[in-house]
This record gives sequence, C-alpha cells and structure tokens, in this order.
Amino acid sequence: MIHFVLLISRQGKVRLTKWYSPYSQKERTKVIRELSGVILTRGPKLCNFVEWRGFKVVYKRYASLYFCMCIDQDDNELEILEIIHHYVEILDRYFGSVCELDLIFNFHKAYYILDELLIAGELQESSKKTVARLIAAQDSLVETAKEQASSISNIIAQATK
Amino acid sequence: MNPFSSGTRLRDMIRAIRACKTAAEERAVVRKECAAIRAAINENDQDYRHRNLAKLMFIHMLGYPTHFGQMECLKLIASAGFPEKRIGYLGLMLLLDERQEVLMLVTNSLKQDLNHSNQYIVGLALCALGNICSAEMARDLAPEVERLLQFRDPNVRKKAALCSIRIIKKVPDLAENFINPASSLLKEKHHGVLITGVQLCMDLCKVSSEALEYVRKKCIEGLVKTLRDIANSPYSPEYDIAGITDPFLHIRLLKLLRILGQGDADASDCMNDILAQVATKTESKKNAGNAILYECVETIMSIEDNGGLRVLAINILGRFLSNRDNNIRYVALNMLMKAIVVDAQAVQRHRATILECVKDSDASIRKRALELVYLLVNESNVKPLTKELIEYLEVSDQEFKGDLTAKICSLVEKFSPEKIWYIDQMLKVLSEAGNFVKDEVWHALIVVISNASDLHGYTVRALYRAFQTSTEQESLVRVAVWCIGEYGDMLVNNVGMLDIEEPITVTESDTVDAVEVAIKRHTLDLTTKAMALIALLKLSSRFPSCSERIKDIIVQNKRSLMLELQQRSIEFNCILQKHQNIRSALLERMPVLDEATFSGRRAGSLHTAISTSTGAPHNLQNGIAKPAAAPIADLLDLSSDDAAAPSSSGGDFLMDLLGVDLSPASAPSGTSQPPKAGTDVLLDLLSIGTSPPAQSSSSASDILSSSQDNKAPLANLNGLASLSSLPANATSPASPVPMMDLLDGLGPIPQKHEENGPAYPSLVAYESSSLRMTFNFSKQPGNPQMTLIQATFTNLSPNVYNDFLFQAAVPKFLQLHLDPASSNTLPASGNGSITQNLKVTNSQQGKEP
Repeated sequence: MIHFVLLISRQGKVRLTKWYSPYSQKERTKVIRELSGVILTRGPKLCNFVEWRGFKVVYKRYASLYFCMCIDQDDNELEILEIIHHYVEILDRYFGSVCELDLIFNFHKAYYILDELLIAGELQESSKKTVARLIAAQDSLVETAKEQASSISNIIAQATK
Repeated sequence: MNPFSSGTRLRDMIRAIRACKTAAEERAVVRKECAAIRAAINENDQDYRHRNLAKLMFIHMLGYPTHFGQMECLKLIASAGFPEKRIGYLGLMLLLDERQEVLMLVTNSLKQDLNHSNQYIVGLALCALGNICSAEMARDLAPEVERLLQFRDPNVRKKAALCSIRIIKKVPDLAENFINPASSLLKEKHHGVLITGVQLCMDLCKVSSEALEYVRKKCIEGLVKTLRDIANSPYSPEYDIAGITDPFLHIRLLKLLRILGQGDADASDCMNDILAQVATKTESKKNAGNAILYECVETIMSIEDNGGLRVLAINILGRFLSNRDNNIRYVALNMLMKAIVVDAQAVQRHRATILECVKDSDASIRKRALELVYLLVNESNVKPLTKELIEYLEVSDQEFKGDLTAKICSLVEKFSPEKIWYIDQMLKVLSEAGNFVKDEVWHALIVVISNASDLHGYTVRALYRAFQTSTEQESLVRVAVWCIGEYGDMLVNNVGMLDIEEPITVTESDTVDAVEVAIKRHTLDLTTKAMALIALLKLSSRFPSCSERIKDIIVQNKRSLMLELQQRSIEFNCILQKHQNIRSALLERMPVLDEATFSGRRAGSLHTAISTSTGAPHNLQNGIAKPAAAPIADLLDLSSDDAAAPSSSGGDFLMDLLGVDLSPASAPSGTSQPPKAGTDVLLDLLSIGTSPPAQSSSSASDILSSSQDNKAPLANLNGLASLSSLPANATSPASPVPMMDLLDGLGPIPQKHEENGPAYPSLVAYESSSLRMTFNFSKQPGNPQMTLIQATFTNLSPNVYNDFLFQAAVPKFLQLHLDPASSNTLPASGNGSITQNLKVTNSQQGKEP
C-alpha cells in the first residue's frame, strides 16, 4: 500500500501531504524533513526510487514540484510512477494546464481529487474521465448549495432589516 | 458584530502569507489569522466556519499547531449541507490521525452519513473512514460498509471496497464477513469496482487463509478470463494509457493471480497461458508496459514451476538489465534477487552486467547491485569478484564504503580458498577502508593469522609494509602492531620467505619505531595504544638489545591520563625491571588461537566440534567442522612415554602462559621435559588441526565452556568479542585469548593430572581478573578409576554473577558426573564462592591408550 503522499517544491515547501498510515504530528514533520533532504539532493539522471527506512519512496519531478509516494518493499514501483502520472494528468485536466500556483491557492481541490483517486493507500479509479465526472458533480452540488445559501441569507437580511 | 469576524478570504490570506519576506513576518500573519479563527470558534460563528477551516488547513500545512480547530471539523461534519460536510471531512483527515480520541466522536456522524440518501455524502463518509478509522470505529461501522458493497452506484461500491480493506487490516477477525461480497465484486464490469474488488480480495487472502482457499476454488477461472479480456480488448479511449487498456487492472489481476498461484500447482496451471500471453505480447516501450511486464515476471517467479515460463521471464529480465533507463535497471536488479532462488545459473550469466551496476553513479542501483553480487558469489568466482570489489572500494564514496567493506569482508571470510589469499585480501581492505571494518572482522583475521603458522613471516612483512603507508586506518594499525609484537623476530630475520616476496631489510630498531608510531599518534584510540604497549613488551623480550629504548617508551606512559595505559605501562615497566627471569617465558610466542572456538562463540552458540583439519579450506562460517585430531590423545600419547612428566610440564607451561608463578605447586611431579616440549604439548593441544603430528583419533572432545551468562565476562576477557562494558577492562585484547583456549584445554588436563600422578595438588584451573576456578582432587581408596574433583569458583570482579553455570565435557573414555552447584549466584570481589563436585571415571585407567 501507499503509506503517504507528499508534494514538495524545489525549495522544500510542502504543498500537499496525505497520510494513510498512522504517523503522529511530530513524526510527520520529521519524515518530511528527512525525505526532503534525500530527494531534493538527488541528481536528474538518477532513478526515481529511493530506499528509505525499509520502505521505498517513488518520486517524480514535474516542473518545480516533486510528487513522492512511499510504498512497501514488495510493491510495484513502476506502477506507482504511473499512478503519480495519472494524478498529475487529472489535475491538469481539472485546472487546465496546472501549475504550482494552482495547487497552492486551491489546495483543498487538489485534496478532493486525490481522495477520488486513492483511499486507504490503494488505487480507486483508473479512468480519468470518471474521476473528472465525479469531481464535477460534487462541485456543482457545492455551487447549488452556495447559491441557495446566498439567496436565503438575502431574504433573511431583508426580513430582519 | 466584530469587524474581524468576516475575516479575510482564503485567497487573500494565502497571498498575504506568500508575500512575507521573512519567517518572523509569516509568523505574525499566521498569529493574527489564528487569533481571528479562535475568536470565531468561541463565538460559534456559523457563516464562516467553512472558510476558517480551510484557512486552518493551510496554516497546518505550513507546520503550525492547529489542534484548536479539531472540534470545528466535527461541527462541520454534523451540519446538514454537502459543502460543509465536504470540508469537514477533509479537515478531519488532515488535522487528526487515528490515535486521537477526538476521532471517536465522529462515529455517530459517520454512521448517519453512511446511510444518507445522497450518494456523494456516503462517498465522503466512506473515504474518511477508509483513510483514518481506528480499530473501534472499524468494528462499529463494519456492518454498514459491508452493506454498501452491494450499493446500486458503482462509485459507492468501489469506495466501500477500499474502506473494507482498512477495516480488515485493523480488525482481521471481521475478514470472514467480507469474503462473499468481495468475490462477487470480481464479476463486475466497471473497471473502478474491479480494481478495488481485486485489491480487496488480495488483502483478504493475505489476512485469512480461509479466504484464500475460497477465492482459489471459486474465482480463478473468472480472473483469468477477465485478464484475457482486458489484454485482448480493443482500443478504449477512457482507459487507454500508452497504448495499453487499463494497465492498472492488468497489474492488480497479475498480483492476485500470484497470491493464488503460490504454492498451489493446479492454480498455477490455470494461469500459464495468460501469463505467457501477457509476457510476450505486452509492448515494453513505455513505462506502463514495463510495469506490467515487471508484475508478470514477479508472478511467474513466484508460482509453481513451469520451465517455459521461467525461461521467458529470465529473458525479459535480461532485456531490462541492459536497458538504458535507470528505473528499469533498478527494477531488473530487484527481480534478479528473486530469480536467484529459482534459477541461479541464469543469473550467473549476467554477472558482468551486475558488476557494472555496482559502480553505477546512482546510489540506489549500487546498493541493489551489491546485494545481488553478494548472493552470486560462490567458490569458483570469489577471486575475480573480490578483486573487482576491492578495486571499486578505492574509488567509491564515503557513504557506500561502509556497506561495501562489510560485504567484502564477509565474502572473503565465507569463501576464501586458501589462507594466504584471505590474508592478502584482508590486508588490502584494511589498508583501504580499515576505519569501516568492524571489530569482529579484524579479530577473525588475527585468529586466522595465528593459525597459519607457515605464513607468519609473510604476514608480518606484508603488514609492516602496509603499515608504513596507511597509518590512519585504525584496524590496520591494530593488526600490524599485534603481528609485529608477536612475530617481530621473523620480520627482522626474514624468516619463512615465500617465493613471491621481495626481500626487505628491517632492523630491530625499525620495528620498535613502527610500534612507537602507533603509541605516539594522537589520532589513534585507546585500544590501539594499549595493544602497542604490549607489543613493545613482547619486542623487549625478543630483541633484548632494544630493551632500554623500549623501557623509555613505556615509562613515558606512566603518567598517562588514561587508566588503561597507565596501568599497563607501570606493570610492564615492573616486569622489565624486576622480573627479567620470567620475562622470556612470559612473552613466549602465543599459542595458536582456536579457530573453532572463536567462530563458534561468534555464532553465539555452544559449539560441539573442534576446528578444521590441516590443508582443507578453512571455513569459519560454522564452527562445526570436520572432526580433527584430538589433542587430548596427543597428550595421552605423550603421557604413555613418561607417566608423570608431561602432565606437570603441561601444567607448568599453562601456568607460565597465565603469568601465574606456580613453580612450587607443580614441581613435585619431577618434570624432566623442558618447557619447550611443554610448548609443543600445548601447541598440539590448542593448534587443533593445524599441527602436523595429528594422531587421528575418533574421540572428538567437547570443549569446556561456561554458560551464556558467564560468557560475557569470559568473552570480554579474550577480547575477541566486542569490548563490552565491564568496568575493569584491564586485560588487553590480545593476550587473554590463551586463557580461553587454556580453559578449553584445561578440562581434560586436571583429570589426567590426578589419574597419573600420585600427588594431587590442588590446581588453579583458570584465573583471570574476574574469575578464579580452583580444583581440589581426591581419589577414593579402592577405586582408582574414579576421581573426585571439588571445584571452587571465586568472582574477582566487582560485578555479581547471577545464574552462574559451570559445564564440562570429557573425551569418550572418561565419564563425567556433575553434582549440582552450591549456588547460582557468585558474589562480587571474592566475597564468597560456589563449590561444585565432579566425579570423573576413567575407563582406561592404567591402560595404554
């Protein structure tokens, strides 16, 4: 299984973290610091796998962001590379040419998409179209709710004036 | 209304934080925001709860503490609207982890949401549950999740499947409930449900063998068919990745087939065709194809044997290994480690490529390749492989050196065909990377050196040469100093030159120079300096002309701040000045260290046989080696010539070696043999197997040894084990070894003592700074065959020994009976003692052996 997902920028700033195994807050900061050190210093031509604390960490660099996933020893590393790419493509379709700034200002949306892709550290859906459809459906639910709320609060504001 | 309660929008806050130029600025902004959020929480603000939680999550990602927001998540989850629940669950998953008790409060909300009419809300609940539920929550909500496995919407079904995985991992007992619904998921058409269903079955099979049986019986054909369909399916835009339809599904199915086929020949038969098809037809130009091939090869290697498939798999491996892509090569090395178990021959063919990988610039690949090389070594290829590895050691970088050194040392030890090669390789490693070499490795080297009596001259000369160039490698210095001390005379007199050596002139004062360097260098540590001191003492005995100079050097350490050095220098100075008469006997060449004892102790077990025979390739790996000549027989043979003499001369010499002056005690036996013969006797006794007059006798003796608990001080004493924390660590690493072996040899000797000699002096069987054993002998009148020994143990160290256990073993013609000891606890510092009675019966009393 995937134990955690980490998105870090080239400067070491954390853009997204998702933990599927129990790590306390302190342990989480420690892990992030350690892994940042290991991964950010690796050269460009080297392979995308790092052995760390008995686990394997698969990472892939997209522009200025490193997408890292920590897996067990007996998992298929090449498949995880595909999963990372899957996620990036979905993000790309959703945001339209996604860049790091999109992920900073819309981090909650990035999380929602990740939740449609992975649960309990396992892959959930292999079709980008389905994921996009589900996210769109939920977004529209949010939109409708917002519209309703604003119209109701207008009415109330009017009524209580 | 508080003007701050509307607060900034999320976007604005993020912008503000990003605009901060210093950490202090950022902290200020965050503090202000947190204050506003806390105020809003206190006022139970409904409108902006959503936005506040989003802000909190961002602040959390920056690394600031946000525990005050945890209850907000719960409130949001409990609200009715979808947007609130969405962000509430997200906050829950981010800000909390399963160990927090607050999580339990969500259980009720989760239960309600799992039964909600809106399938997206059900989805949210399943997602949260699947990511962070604890064991209690899992138990509570398992029935709901089980029901949802058959929900009408595939979106919910797939989420329920993954949620179930977490549940059965947390509470394996519940696995039985999920077997039926999980296997029905395997018949679905929806890819998402299939993927998650397959994953659920995999985890079920791992957790419950019942599930494994069930799935094997009922579902294999279905799975094979599904894989075939997907492999043969035409282009599908929705699932296509790099020309392959849904590689994720391919891989999951292959994984599940692996679990089902492992250990079951019928199941493995079912899947042969489809595995062959996938292995041959899958395109390997893109990563997706390679991922599938990787999984396929793993499966083929794990299931029951099918020759054709295995060949296919090894071919794919070969292709991967020569791929230029680093990822593929890494994966290939991984696969090869599994393949070795299955087909070592095929892997040997790729040895050259693997060796290249050890030198790769990529650290991950290097590590994998090194492990693989280690598995590949056997007797025939050990020499060239070691040569390559040692060459690489010189150019490798620091982090890798430690690993590499450890592996080379263990390879050399396991497979070395002859001693001279072993010594050569170890010298090279020590010169190159001595600081990375572990203690037990150079201890083993010393044991081997002492056993290779014909190579003593060669070794000491080689070490001397190496020592001139690499004095910063600690272990090299230690071994060199020990050898120079022991065999210094061979060095100066060029004894035992082998053909391959070049002549080297070393004078006596050169050797003293060398050892002096070891003492003077401040970078070398206590152990090395202590060993150097004792080496100097030995040299003073071997080269009397340098005695004065040596005395000066030793005296310099009299005021050393390190207790060990001070003690030694004072004691040695004393020996040099006052005890000239026993000095030469004291510093005789050390008896050969018993390899089997050493390796057995290293293996941490009480070993039962004595070491290797001469000439055979020595194998330190297991202390159990071929039964060798019994030195005890040697002793008895000698004793047949002269009944009284050898025993006591042996006794004399043992005492000399221990450095204890017992001349009056053993004199009455009237020894006529000079100590030299005693040396031979002892050497025979201890150089078990490597001395020429090996009388083959079938009595393999067991070696006297003490129990595990007592091992610590004894092991400490011989220093061959790691220097542990006994405080008065006064004994040097090198010298006490004979005590151990003497202990080994002592068992039979005292028995021999009283069988043959008329007088039965009591004998100090063993003495060191922490333990003394005394044997008092007596014979019952009228029963000359039986000897009673009363053994007294005194603890000379400041530590109390608990669970002290004495064991003894004897050659076959003797019978031993041990009475229980008077107690198990040996008080410290000689405050009390334990006594134990032994009865030894000699069935060959008075007969010629």
